[in-house]
Formats: sequence, structure tokens, C-alpha cells
Amino acid sequence: MKTSLADILSQRSVWRGGALAPEPGRTVPTGFAALDRELPGAGWPRGALTEILGRREGVGELQLVLPALAALSASGRRVVWLAPPHLPYAPALAAAGIDLEHLSVVHAPGRRDALWAAEQVLRGGGCHALLAWFHDIRYAELRRLAVAAETGRGVFVALFRPAQAAHEASPACLRIAFEPAQEGLAVHILKRRGALLAKPLGIKIERPVHAVGGTSFSTPCARGPVARPCPA
Amino acid sequence: MPRAVADGGRVIACDLQAETFGVRPGMGLAAAWAFAPQLCVWPYNQAAERAALEGIAAWMCQFTPRVSLQPPQGVLAETEGSLRLFRGAAALLERIRDGIDQMGFSAISAAAPTARAAWWLAGAGREVLVPDRAALEAALAALPVAVACDGPDALGLLRDIGVTTIGELRGLPREGVARRFGQALLDGLEQALGNAPEPRDFFMPPARFDAQLELPGEVTHAAGVLFAARRLLVQLEGLLAARQAGVRRFLLVLLHREARPSALEIGLASPGRETERFVQLLRERLAVHALVEPVEAIRIEARDFVPLHGRTVDLFGGAQSGGEEGWARLIERLRARLGGAAVHGLGLHPEHRPERAWRPLAPGERPPPGGGSTGARPLWLLEPPRRLKEKKGVPHDGGPLELLAGPERIESGWWDGGEIARDYFIARAPSAALLWVYRERGTAGAWYLHGVFA
Repeated sequence: MKTSLADILSQRSVWRGGALAPEPGRTVPTGFAALDRELPGAGWPRGALTEILGRREGVGELQLVLPALAALSASGRRVVWLAPPHLPYAPALAAAGIDLEHLSVVHAPGRRDALWAAEQVLRGGGCHALLAWFHDIRYAELRRLAVAAETGRGVFVALFRPAQAAHEASPACLRIAFEPAQEGLAVHILKRRGALLAKPLGIKIERPVHAVGGTSFSTPCARGPVARPCPA
Repeated sequence: MPRAVADGGRVIACDLQAETFGVRPGMGLAAAWAFAPQLCVWPYNQAAERAALEGIAAWMCQFTPRVSLQPPQGVLAETEGSLRLFRGAAALLERIRDGIDQMGFSAISAAAPTARAAWWLAGAGREVLVPDRAALEAALAALPVAVACDGPDALGLLRDIGVTTIGELRGLPREGVARRFGQALLDGLEQALGNAPEPRDFFMPPARFDAQLELPGEVTHAAGVLFAARRLLVQLEGLLAARQAGVRRFLLVLLHREARPSALEIGLASPGRETERFVQLLRERLAVHALVEPVEAIRIEARDFVPLHGRTVDLFGGAQSGGEEGWARLIERLRARLGGAAVHGLGLHPEHRPERAWRPLAPGERPPPGGGSTGARPLWLLEPPRRLKEKKGVPHDGGPLELLAGPERIESGWWDGGEIARDYFIARAPSAALLWVYRERGTAGAWYLHGVFA
């Protein structure tokens, strides 16, 4: 009996190094075609941890998840921001197309409280996306969250962590790191269910000004390093 | 430690442990201490007994509206109309016994076709269920006469003529019994057998809950408090079920020996009455509460009952849709532990001052419709704004900032004392971060960082 290579490859038990694990229906489209192409299931995974690692804030890191959050909240799904480093600013969120009705902010003063709250949100049900900020979190705690995420009903979990965490082991099924680049962000996929991606992805994101070359497009009045006082 | 309650130098109740030492109700205190030197004696408190009895009666009202007090220690309930709902007398009796046990009381319960017969059966210590009138006569016949007649004289006389059971009493000629023992004894017999009606006052469950529980010893840890509170919460659930009501919040008061009582308020996202839900919230609340002193007694208060009907199961027997309810429970748990202000929604507020252009929303509150469009706004807002260093007129934050856009002048609020006059710029830090900075208008305007374009 002769079995062709194609037959063997068509079986689910064979996994080819270059392929991405198919996860139909278990993802949320990121809203960035370039990123969707490289993610298993063409979107952010649900029911598993996603880590977003960055060295500094203010380079557009939240823009990575905003399109997904906007889509979720528009369809009435709840989004929780847990222990954000600053206050999420409602006018900017509304301008980004997020339906504020479905957004909740949870402040947790201590690390333990934040971990507890994260687990409650994941196990409690009724929430569809959780963004959480952790400065330091141990592997065992991440593991616990990962288990909670699996039991939760398909929650998209994004953990924002400092870039140093890239060197630590993690049970997250998707880990990406970002850094500022021309026209947006350079995104490295550090870990995904599938082959490694050597080259960073260029993601074009919305910025309030065209930062290229330092030219301002809104008011020519403030060109240059010193703001001249404008006539009142 | 064996425990007993005494009044006027006599033991009137004791626990099982005291009984194993030989202590019995009715015994003098001196004799009781002779049997059990370590016996811990509490004075009898009639008000507490009455409160406990009314608490049980209120709890019983969830099974039937016809509940009647039989002081000092009895509660009677007419359950005829509720048998179908609670799947029969045996199941109902089981449920009542279970509930009384959960409230931390011990009771002897009996069921019979007439109130008086049930009371007599329980008084004689018979935990039985008499199904119908036919079986009633036989069940009553075996009871000691002591349940039917009070007064030691009559009882002594009956004993002297060799009558010890109700059956034997019924065998005596009626006229003679009426003459010697009074008509009341015969009337009682007829009422017990169902031959004569017995009108009773029904108990009305109160519209608020306030119950106190003395702890057997000083409690120093939250788990002990929770255990005791659970007993009262079971009672609360019964009362709420009886009134078809729920509460949005309740108060746990911890009473200490020296320190002032501490009150913990527990808020619920939606009106509720389930004990388990209350206990879970209380557990989270107690976890973050440091006991200032050992707790001697606890009290639970709940008022402002709101109508809440029993949960209805849908056509196919499914539970209610999990999402909304699960979400409300989640918010309630988070608030119980992290504090009420820790969980909020975000709403727009029509206001030019950036720090007032939003406001926190209570969970469940709908955001008002959105405001008009403004200039570019950052996703992170720093509260309060952070002062930036300035070198040669250039703001610094880890290096000189490059102003890319602006100024956007915001001047507002002179009427309410929160006046601001600022020129906002979008600036780029050396790290490539885009920042929202402003310079206060005025002669020596300082630079502040107010937001981050994340």
C-alpha cells in the first residue's frame, strides 16, 4: 500500500515547521493586515495569554490593540483595563472608535490584588477582553493566569510588560515586542504557535502628527524646538 | 467546654457536652457545678430568646405565610398550601431541619394534620411526620400526658390515678375530666385531634433585618467571623425570600470588648438574597479588613428591601443567561475587595478643561452621548500633570523635547475656581515617545507633562 506524502501531510497529526497552527474562530482580528497574516488564526488569540513587551511608553503601543478593542466593544463585548499605569483618557478612546459603555477600568493597588483581580475577571465570565499591566510577574503566576484564561470563555488577554521580560520564560501563547520605527512600530513576534519569524514587521499606526522629520502638519506656529508664544 | 444557661439559680438549658457530665435542665446551679466544675454558665436572656425565635419565624415565612409563634421556644407553620411547591411534607420537613441547623440552632421538628398535635409531638421529642387524620389518633395516644396539661397539680393527680398517656386520658369519662382538670384540657385534646378549630395569630415577617449573634468565644481571625456571619445570612435569606425581596447592601458590625464597633458595608451590584453570594462577598471584604481587636459578637443589618421575585427557569429548564449576571457578580466581587472606587467605567463630559472632560461612571451607568470633536488627545492622561524641567526655554523629559504641533490654547474655568490657562503642544521625546505637554500662560510659565500618546 502506497501512501503519498500529501496524504500524510493532510493528517492533523503531522505538523510542518513552516505552518501556523490553525485556530479558526478563536481569534480577534487585530485590524492590521500585516500582523494578521503572521498570527495563527489571523488575529489575537482568545482563551490564551498574549504578551506585549515594550521598552517605553508613548510610541503607539496601545494602538496595536485598539482596532480589536473597538471591534469588540462595538459588538457589545466588554473590555476591562486592569491596573493601567495612567488614566485611560475617555475622549481619546471615544475618538478611536471604542464604545465606552462596554469599557471598565479596574485599579488594583498591589501586585497581589492585580493578580487576584485578573483571575476573577478571567474566571468570572461576562468579559471578552482583558488588558493588564504587570511590572513584575513570576512564571508560576503567569501560568495560573494562563490556566484561568483557558477556562474563561474565549477572553482576549493582553498583558503589557517591560521589554526585559522577553528573556524570561513564559506560558503565553503569543509574545510580541515592539519598538518605534519610521511610520509606526516595528513588531517582533517572539513566540507564536508556528515557525519563528526572524524579521520584524512594520506596522503603520495612527499618530497625532506626522513625526517624520519633525515637521508639524497642524500648526506651523510651533515649528522648531522653542514654542514662540502666539498672540492671544 | 460544657455550657449551660441558668436563670434564678437553676439550669434551664445545657449543651450535649454538659449532659454527658450529668447536668440536666431543672437542676440547681450548685449541683450542676458539682457534676461539671468547668461548666460555663450564661444568664438567661429573655429578649435574646425572643429575638432568636422571631428570627426563625421570619426565616420560616419563606415556606408559608402562615407562621405562628409558640413562645418561648416553639414555631408553628401551616404548610398545607406549600406542600406541592416543596415536593411533599417529608422533603419540606427535611429542608426546614437543614435550614435550622445552618442557622446554628437545634430543634425538634414534627409534622401533623393539626398545629397542636405537631406541637405536642415535638414537645414529647418525637421527630415524626403524621401524614393524615387517621394516623393522628394513634400517634397522639402514645404521647405522655405532660405535653397536654401544664401545672404540676393536675399532672400529679393524673399520675396518681395511673394515667400516663394521652390515650389513657381519652379513655376517662369526659364529665369527670372536665370537673377535675378543667374544660381547657378537653378542648386542647379536641383541637389536637382536629375536632375543634384552633385560631392562631400569624407572624408578620419584619421589613428589615437586624440580628445579633454572640460568639462563643472571642474570635481573632476573619474565618471565624465569616462562619458566624453565615448563620445570620441564612436567616436573612429566609426573611428576604418570605418578603419576595432582595437587598442591594448590608452591614456587618463587629462588636469588640473595648474598641468601638467596626462596621463593614457590603454592596451588591444587583439586588440579591442568596446566602452563598453574601458569604463570598463578605469573605473578600474580610480578607482586606484588619481586626482591631478580638470580636465578641457580630450583628448584621439590612434594610431598604427591594422587590425581587424568585428566579424563573426558562422553558427548557436552563439557568438565566450567564453573561450579564456573571458580569454583575464579578464587579461586585472586585468592589468588595478593592474598594468601591476601584472599579469604574469611563464617560465623556462636555468640558474644555482636559482633566474634566471625562468622569468615572458607576458600574452599570450608561455613558452620556459623546461630546464634540477636539484636537488630538492622548490615550494616557497623567493625573496630576507632572512638572517638567526647562533648560533654555526648552522643556526636558530625559532630554530636550521637540515640539511638533501646537499650541492648542485652553482657557476655561474662571467661574468655579478651577481656572486654567494653558498652551498645549504635542512633543517628541528623545525616546521617540509622543507626549502631550503644556505651558502655563503667564510670565514664567512652567512646563507640564499631561498625557502620553501611547
